[in-house]
Amino acid sequence: MDRNDKRIRILIGKPGLDGHDRGAKYVAQILRDAGFEVIYTGIRRTPEQIVEAAIQEDVSAIGLSLLSGAHKFLFKRVIDLLKEKGASDIQVFGGGTIPPDDIPMLKQMGVCAVFTPGTPGRVIVQTLKEHLQVPA
Amino acid sequence: MSEISECIARIESQKRDWEDRTVSRTILRFPEQRKEFVTGSGKPVERLYTPDASVLADYESKLGFPGCYPFTRGVQPTMYRGRFWTMRQYAGFATAEESNRRYKYLLSQGTTGLSVAFDLPTQIGYDSDDPMSLGEVGKVGVAIDSLADMETLFEGIPLDQVSTSMTINSTAAILLAMYIAVAEKQGVAPEKLNGTIQNDILKEYIARGTYRFPPKPSLRLISDIFAYCTKHVPNWNTISISGYHIREAGSTAAQEIGFTLADAICYIETALKAGLKIDDFGPRLAFFFAAHSDLFEEVAKFRAARRLYARIMKQRFGASDKSAMLRFHTQTGGVTLTAQQPENNIVRVTIQALAAVLGGTQSLHTNSKDEALALPTEESVTVALRTQQIIAYESGVTSTIDPLAGSFYVERLTDELESEAEALIRKIDDIGGMVAAIEQGFVQKQIEESAYRFGQTIESGDRVIVGVNKFQSSEQTRMQLFEVPEVSQQRQIEKVRQIRRNRDRTRVETALEEVRQAARGTENLMPPILNAVKAYATLGEISQTLVSVFGEYNETGH
Repeated sequence: MDRNDKRIRILIGKPGLDGHDRGAKYVAQILRDAGFEVIYTGIRRTPEQIVEAAIQEDVSAIGLSLLSGAHKFLFKRVIDLLKEKGASDIQVFGGGTIPPDDIPMLKQMGVCAVFTPGTPGRVIVQTLKEHLQVPA
Repeated sequence: MSEISECIARIESQKRDWEDRTVSRTILRFPEQRKEFVTGSGKPVERLYTPDASVLADYESKLGFPGCYPFTRGVQPTMYRGRFWTMRQYAGFATAEESNRRYKYLLSQGTTGLSVAFDLPTQIGYDSDDPMSLGEVGKVGVAIDSLADMETLFEGIPLDQVSTSMTINSTAAILLAMYIAVAEKQGVAPEKLNGTIQNDILKEYIARGTYRFPPKPSLRLISDIFAYCTKHVPNWNTISISGYHIREAGSTAAQEIGFTLADAICYIETALKAGLKIDDFGPRLAFFFAAHSDLFEEVAKFRAARRLYARIMKQRFGASDKSAMLRFHTQTGGVTLTAQQPENNIVRVTIQALAAVLGGTQSLHTNSKDEALALPTEESVTVALRTQQIIAYESGVTSTIDPLAGSFYVERLTDELESEAEALIRKIDDIGGMVAAIEQGFVQKQIEESAYRFGQTIESGDRVIVGVNKFQSSEQTRMQLFEVPEVSQQRQIEKVRQIRRNRDRTRVETALEEVRQAARGTENLMPPILNAVKAYATLGEISQTLVSVFGEYNETGH
């Protein structure tokens, strides 16, 4: 099979103890609809479990969903672990209950995009396609 | 009767004429805005509703009178003419000291009951210094590690004078034990305590996610709490069977009723199997629903839930009228809040709160405008509380009972939601009960599909959310948001370590061993847990002891 035909894989992860997964499941589905291959971890995974799964599944990006307010700590932990494992080529994006003032800090940390509630699905898909350099 | 049927037949024939002549002519010139009109949950809505014979012919069995079976019109004979609903704002963050201050503020502003939000480690059974708790301590609620924290949380709040609701599920037995122990220290006997623990584990597997143990031992813990409270804490609501989170996860209104009542059936059957009598624990079962923005559908939902539950209790379980009463708390729909133009949320919350009141709620939490972004500030919580007070004191809707009864539309919706929910319950019975339905992923799948359908209607613009997919404004609202201070986490970690250093070690170990033995056997777990709590065994230690016998539940992704 031509390598270009291979579908891009994305892991949607729920780090920490937060169980709200409506957004995570919804984004997983719209990304599938857009042609990505999506793996959803299920809720309450540690950053270690998420990074391990991402490397094992050879994904291009990890989407982290969090509504508990622990994003500053947990998103950073995922990014640090990716660095430690030499997997910084995996892009990280996020979503959930995230105050606007935290977004610049998350981006500086290395989060490529943050999608807050109400973001249209097509915006999420388009933004990710740009970051992952998927031809439109 | 025949006179009524004749009347109805005449009205229906006139309605057909009206559709054929008047309406069709108008539509030719002025088409309606949509091809199909639907409720917030996607149920088709007709252009006009006309009288239905059954509202009159079957009045006693379908509607009846407030305070009487089947309670469609309300659970109390005088409803809000006697007393308003309890205005109960869900609150808690950071440490016990900080939350205690917020509770005292809320009480000074006229809330009439407390509602404790615990942080996720507390809800799942990890101490604040557990590696699993990193980053989560004090974030979505208050961190409670031991009885010492609970003492601080209720410092200066006499527990015989407030009612307290605690959103706690897998670790409910431990937190209830702590509450009883704090009361004892205040000199308040358990039989004087009023309040509620959520204690609804099934919806945690379905939608909310703070489970710890597998379903079977979790259900046993719940039955133990029922049995213990019946004897020792008779005014306590031992469970708040919750549709709220099912709805938040994306269900329709009918699914919210159907799955919640199917959960109730599972708890009741478990308790009956454990040897309890329906009318001993039945009157202490409480419910918790969401209120979304489709006003009439929500009002109909509450009425349908009351009627269906009453019928189930009576027909399936042979319960008394008192046990058949569906008493419920309502929270406005968190998921309906928008991060865009947050001031608009005040209006959404007002409509939703009105639905709860018109639907006959017993207590109400109104969300704050900033909650799509963070925990609410004190200022925004105050507006949310004032919203309830304005409905109670200014709107006039509380002066008569069940004011929307007899609305052709609301009665039809009530009937339809009831039968839709009933069909779902039958489906779950066919699968083999709620635990089996959860294990097979049936319930989760149904909710996920509804959430996806709902999302798609917003994506397509078919459903308008003001400020989100229509009437957007480019300017960013700058709002002062609440943030849990980082230092709280460190302070809490130090506190639990200090508690561990200063307690009687042998007493703790003996108490934990008793919990382990009780967990292995069949005796009621509440007394040994209460004993362990009093010895300052931590929440994490008690939970870990239970895990050592019960094991842990894990959701698998897909």
